[in-house]
Amino acid sequence: MVTHESGGHHHPPTGFIRKYIFSIDHKVIGIQYWFLALFSVFVGMFLSLLMRLHLVWPNLKLPFTAGGVMLPETYLALVTMHGSIMVFMVLTTAPQGGFGNYALPIQIGAEDMAFPILNMLSFWTTFVSLMVLIAAFFVTGGPPIGGWTAYPPLSALGEIVGPGQGTGMTLWVVGVMIFCLASLLGALNFIVTTVDLRAKGMTFGRLPLTVWSWLITAILGLLAFGVLLAACILLLLDRVAGTSFFIPGGLVVTDTVITWHKGGSPLLWQHLFWFFGHPEVYIAILPGMGVASHLLATFSRKPVFGYKAMVGAMLAIGFLGFCVWGHHMFVSGMSPYSAFAFSIMTMTIGVPSAIKTFNWMGTLWGGKIQFTTAMLFALGFVSLFVTGGLSGLFLAQPSLDLYLHDTYFVVAHFHLIMGVAAIFGIFAATFFWFPKMFGRMLSEPLGKIHFWLTFVGVYCIFMPMHFLGLAGHPRRYADTTGVNFLAPLHTVHYFITIAAFFTISAQLIFLFNVIYSLIAGKKASANPWNATTLEWSVSSPPPFDNFGGVVPVVYRGAYEFSVPDAAEDFIPQGLAPEKVGRAH
Amino acid sequence: MPGTLTDDIEILDVGRGGGTDVPAGGDDDGEPSGGGFGRVPDRAYFTLIQLSLAGITMFFMALTSSLLVRKGLGNDWISFTLPRVVWVNTLVLLGSSVTMQISLRRIREGAIASFRNWWTLTTALGVLFLFGQVAAWRDLRAEGVFLTTNPSSSFFYLLTALHGLHLLGGIIALLYVLFRRWRRSRITQSTAASLASIYWHFMDGLWIFLLALLYLGR
Repeated sequence: MVTHESGGHHHPPTGFIRKYIFSIDHKVIGIQYWFLALFSVFVGMFLSLLMRLHLVWPNLKLPFTAGGVMLPETYLALVTMHGSIMVFMVLTTAPQGGFGNYALPIQIGAEDMAFPILNMLSFWTTFVSLMVLIAAFFVTGGPPIGGWTAYPPLSALGEIVGPGQGTGMTLWVVGVMIFCLASLLGALNFIVTTVDLRAKGMTFGRLPLTVWSWLITAILGLLAFGVLLAACILLLLDRVAGTSFFIPGGLVVTDTVITWHKGGSPLLWQHLFWFFGHPEVYIAILPGMGVASHLLATFSRKPVFGYKAMVGAMLAIGFLGFCVWGHHMFVSGMSPYSAFAFSIMTMTIGVPSAIKTFNWMGTLWGGKIQFTTAMLFALGFVSLFVTGGLSGLFLAQPSLDLYLHDTYFVVAHFHLIMGVAAIFGIFAATFFWFPKMFGRMLSEPLGKIHFWLTFVGVYCIFMPMHFLGLAGHPRRYADTTGVNFLAPLHTVHYFITIAAFFTISAQLIFLFNVIYSLIAGKKASANPWNATTLEWSVSSPPPFDNFGGVVPVVYRGAYEFSVPDAAEDFIPQGLAPEKVGRAH
Repeated sequence: MPGTLTDDIEILDVGRGGGTDVPAGGDDDGEPSGGGFGRVPDRAYFTLIQLSLAGITMFFMALTSSLLVRKGLGNDWISFTLPRVVWVNTLVLLGSSVTMQISLRRIREGAIASFRNWWTLTTALGVLFLFGQVAAWRDLRAEGVFLTTNPSSSFFYLLTALHGLHLLGGIIALLYVLFRRWRRSRITQSTAASLASIYWHFMDGLWIFLLALLYLGR
């Protein structure tokens, strides 16, 4: 790296609160996001375990359901909170807020995010939003029961439609509104930082694909969260101020005729929600794509196959993501012409997705593959992305979706593609950057055991759900006892619950690995993976200002692996050409 | 195909199309910045403002389509006459954009005292607009038109309130530009004034759009 003295070298804060709590250092904020997601993912998993147990043993007395048998509405509350916490607090925060915050500024050669105080506000606003969501567990009536999509009129009418739809639902709306603000602030910072703070020589064509993925994710966030915020304001007004944006007239709820609302359109909410909701899927998965691309190249010791095509595919996925929201609404009674248009647009996404998949294969082809845990999770990401994506082609067709929409087929689809694939991206990123973040390596043997148990486990959980769906098993039902045509499927449910139990238990290995490695893990060198990007050119963990007072300069693209004539099989982005060793 | 060393030599011109070329560490007055974060170049602030406007546009577009859909799908839409004062308010807000431009010209010429006067007038017109909007609400209430009376009135109160909230943010920004001590800051007062003006003119344009929507869509 070329070293120029920086004019603006600054000193780290010394007090505990400024250093670790209200820190404006993007690295600390990234780690804060990561821990927030780690906490949330365990809460979310615990809720899913309760659901799985109830589905198989409906008469089981569970300690967290007031010591009694779980009521159907409690089950629905678990569905809602599992979805909301996982989507907002895990899949949206960890890949972007966590790793994006941590790695993006260093990877582009910046000292920090463009607006550090704004960055701190983003995290703490997210934290408040999580607390408001979780508060729904502790109010009268408990959490909302309308699902993470909060469809009106159920979500708009208050507690008359069920426990949890009173205070719990209001807290949900307010929590999501706060989350929207946090995400908008974060998105602004990501884009400005990438556009305006790149180091000398860091052209757009040299950006690591991780940075591209965070940038495109931020653009999606900026354009999508404002729409959800607007929708939530309308919903809140319907709930607390008596307006009728979403509530139609003439509703009869539990023997009460609703006379004080009329004329509203529940479909309006669905349009607004899914206009946000579909980009949200890509907000969750795009960073995983970036990480997978980055890791496949690093651990195959080969340049990314088709760098420009990879960037183009991500841009195309991002753009098309705004044109397909209607495919979530095929069963809403929309015009078949609209459905046809949305269907065509949706299947078009298969093209950039296929480009990415083929390029991942191309990157692996002929490489000297190193099966580190991080690489295994990246490969797992590709596997799950393909598996989950293929069922998307079925669901993109209105004629099939009409049958499959409210079945377990959809549960299988979105968990594989949005849930588990994205989680594998998070795991891959964790194993890759943990040494940089904490200065210690995660245990590889424990990591590999964790990977294989999780990889086999998630397939055991979600593959059978496709068959449940094809057999017509409806989703969101708390208990199917007494439904004759579903009785033969009980064995499948039993298998899934056992698989879920083991898979969730395997996550304790990960938790143990994190805690053990934080305390006693092998000390990490500056560049344990022989990687090329700038974060590996500084110590682990990096100094407060990332580059120790020197201004980084970038000389080449992010994936210079196995360059012919070079002494080593990687050339760091910041290594001056005269310092590149030549093979003899 | 992996690159070769020859390729690397070809791309030695590291400055070509790169990111930040020169770290904008120092301030306009030559003092060293308070910290390393001072490297953020001025253009980052402009990018921030422009991007914020993109986000705000999506927010109001969502509400605009909600209005159109709600009006189109429901059969309960009742028109009402917009309070006359909103037209006066519109002139006040348009006027504030004019005074803001004059004010910007003054600060660029270095006429600080004149800048402060025009800037204060701009801020005052903004505040006047907000009071005018509240007066419009009072007029409507006096006529018995409330938030829940009809979807048309719901959207009127909602859109004016949300625009007003954004404009209030603008007024706070204007006061910040006026009263902050700029000598030791990362950007100059002139740059800050330019940034605030982009937001202010956008809020002005947004109001014209919303007024057209409320008037034509009433």
